[in-house]
Amino acid sequence: MAKRAAPEVNAGSMADIAFLLLIFFLVTTTIEKDAGINRKLPPMEESDEDVIIKQKNIFTVLINKHDQLLVEDESMEIQDLRTAAAEFLDNNGDGSCTFCQGKRDSKSSDNPDKAIISLKNDRETSYAAYISVQNELVAAYNTLRNRRALQIGASKGFPNMNFQEMQLAHKDVRWTGNKTKLKELIDQIKVEIPQKLSEVVE
Amino acid sequence: MSKFKKKKDGGLAPINTASLPDIVFMLLFFFMVATVMREDTLKIKNALPVADQVEKLDKKNPIAYIYMGKPSDNYKNFGTEARIQLNDDFADVSDVAAFIAAERAAMREELIPFLTVSLKVDKEANMGIVGDVKQELRKVNALKINYTTGVGDALSNMK
Repeated sequence: MAKRAAPEVNAGSMADIAFLLLIFFLVTTTIEKDAGINRKLPPMEESDEDVIIKQKNIFTVLINKHDQLLVEDESMEIQDLRTAAAEFLDNNGDGSCTFCQGKRDSKSSDNPDKAIISLKNDRETSYAAYISVQNELVAAYNTLRNRRALQIGASKGFPNMNFQEMQLAHKDVRWTGNKTKLKELIDQIKVEIPQKLSEVVE
Repeated sequence: MSKFKKKKDGGLAPINTASLPDIVFMLLFFFMVATVMREDTLKIKNALPVADQVEKLDKKNPIAYIYMGKPSDNYKNFGTEARIQLNDDFADVSDVAAFIAAERAAMREELIPFLTVSLKVDKEANMGIVGDVKQELRKVNALKINYTTGVGDALSNMK
């Protein structure tokens, strides 16, 4: 008997099946957001002794229930918050900070290590406004840290990298470079310009 | 006569669609690989605000998600004020401690100190509820938090 050729499978509907699956995945896909502002909450323990902080070392930011800002007892627009906060941190009132470029105003903060930003919000404050303010304050710290990173980065072997790029590089597994040295540098900058952001809880 | 006929017959050739499945499959595989299935079904509105000073959430460490926002249209009977959602259901502020305890119980012991709590809060929610949750988290010593946001110009939130 003559060998019969195997019949060809009709693949015309394969595209339809694939389309069906494709549309299913298109509809169900949600790209997860996985970035945000990291914060560390203060531990609960009650301490009886009051820490005495000079008024001039505190930068108060208040957000009221209409999302308006009161910064150092004056109302302010959110656009100006970043520069105001950076100026306060960079002030260097007692001259102990070697890299600061501030005005050395005696009424403003002593040095970045002593400067504290105090944030208070109302219960009716919108979350969007709160995040904007947090973002601007973090940005103020980041501008100073970036500047510091560019100053000392070159001598440590990481030229032309600002602080945020250093942090990204440190997390990036594909980055080829000395990560231990980079970590040391990041920690040094973090110690020099610590993020002291305190929130008031009623 | 025959000359005319020939012209008519050889009109437009049909487009070859043999490679269409290949193209569709390519797209299909892309979406299959890129898809992350949602962990929780949201019962609340959850439009996150945007910020530009963001850091990536470290996926190596365990993450617990707490959602807050107004109940979405299907759940209007739960009111119009922002509510907390834990796992798949609405919850109360007092449930947060138990939720964190359950999350901790489910993970390997050495990872417990690295637990990050991701707060996914709708931008229209009030700070009152967020503050309450933060206070609860402090009580159970879950201090690493992350305000999960989109990436964009932070000033656009306030409009």
